[in-house]
Amino acid sequence: MHVLIDLYLTFIKIGSMMFGGGYAMLPILQREVVENKKWATTEQLTDYYAVGQCTPGVIAVNTATFIGSQQAGIAGGIAATLGVVTIPTILILIIAAFLSGFMDSMAVAHAFNGVRACVTALILASVIKLFKGSVKDWPTRIIYIVVLALAAAGNFLAAPERLSHVWGIVTSPVFLVIISGLSGLLIKSMRRSKKGGAEE
Amino acid sequence: MIYIRLFFEFCKVGLFAVGGGLATIPFLSDLGSRTGWFTSGQLADMIAVSESTPGPVGVNMATYAGYTAAGVPGGIVSTLGLVFPSLIIILIVAGFLNRFRESRIVDAVFYGLRAASVALITAALLQVAEIALMNHAVDNGSTQMFYWPAIILAAVVFICFSYTPLKRVHPIFFIAFSAVVGIVLGM
Repeated sequence: MHVLIDLYLTFIKIGSMMFGGGYAMLPILQREVVENKKWATTEQLTDYYAVGQCTPGVIAVNTATFIGSQQAGIAGGIAATLGVVTIPTILILIIAAFLSGFMDSMAVAHAFNGVRACVTALILASVIKLFKGSVKDWPTRIIYIVVLALAAAGNFLAAPERLSHVWGIVTSPVFLVIISGLSGLLIKSMRRSKKGGAEE
Repeated sequence: MIYIRLFFEFCKVGLFAVGGGLATIPFLSDLGSRTGWFTSGQLADMIAVSESTPGPVGVNMATYAGYTAAGVPGGIVSTLGLVFPSLIIILIVAGFLNRFRESRIVDAVFYGLRAASVALITAALLQVAEIALMNHAVDNGSTQMFYWPAIILAAVVFICFSYTPLKRVHPIFFIAFSAVVGIVLGM
């Protein structure tokens, strides 16, 4: 099968199973892209999410664009992006046109309470895999704990009065990702100078 | 022409919303009040529908808002507008990373960045878990701190998906199974 068609069809499949936004796509991506198609490793998937989280736009779409472009350049990026939005767009159009009472249905509400619990468990399983692949030594453990603490504080806590003007920045994904990238650079170059270039 | 305006207005939303679908809400709310394409009540409906259909919340919202403003072509044009800026940006970033893939600098940056990425996903997981498992509204108007049926369902799914032969089963089957459990138990 032509790689562009393969990308488009695979991401149509992923887009139709993505209940609950970009993070819920993670377990599906892990199965389809890492295990079935072998288009990326778990570490690469983590990289794509990192870029997807700190660039403008929807994380799920950004990640799809990235995977597609790594497989087949610009055309691949476009094919994957169109694939991932096809089914959601059609479904929303149908709901908007015909099912004005869709959300009022009790069965739908009950089903989605079940789905949400399930998605929580599936994301947890994915996070454990990503963690094992990317948080392996003390510097990365420290980065992980600090970023998690700040991001969770930003999500769950109101800004402390004395920090109110910087709180939004300090807890934003963009800021945290940039600082962590710079820390990575700093840590690696310190290690290299310690070893005196002996690693080569 | 309405379609060109829709495309560019949603381009702007896609360009400024960093960090996922929910980040689009303030921009959409501003867009609705500026253009009159949809009301804040319709925006609230959009959020509810987005939470219950597959697909990124931001994309769903663009489709729905575009449809409200200008029918089916409006929905499609708005969706394309929303993804257009990030498509260009990601293609540039991906091209850049490919060229410097062997670079020690890129490698060192990703060494730190990857840990942050996992941490951000964990933080998002905590948010999802809070919505799914905690503070459930009960019929008599009060809320339960721990929503036990959901917690038990999540635990069963996690154990089956991680530690039993069922881990070969596609995740979508667990999602479908949980939807049925939700309906049967009236969760």
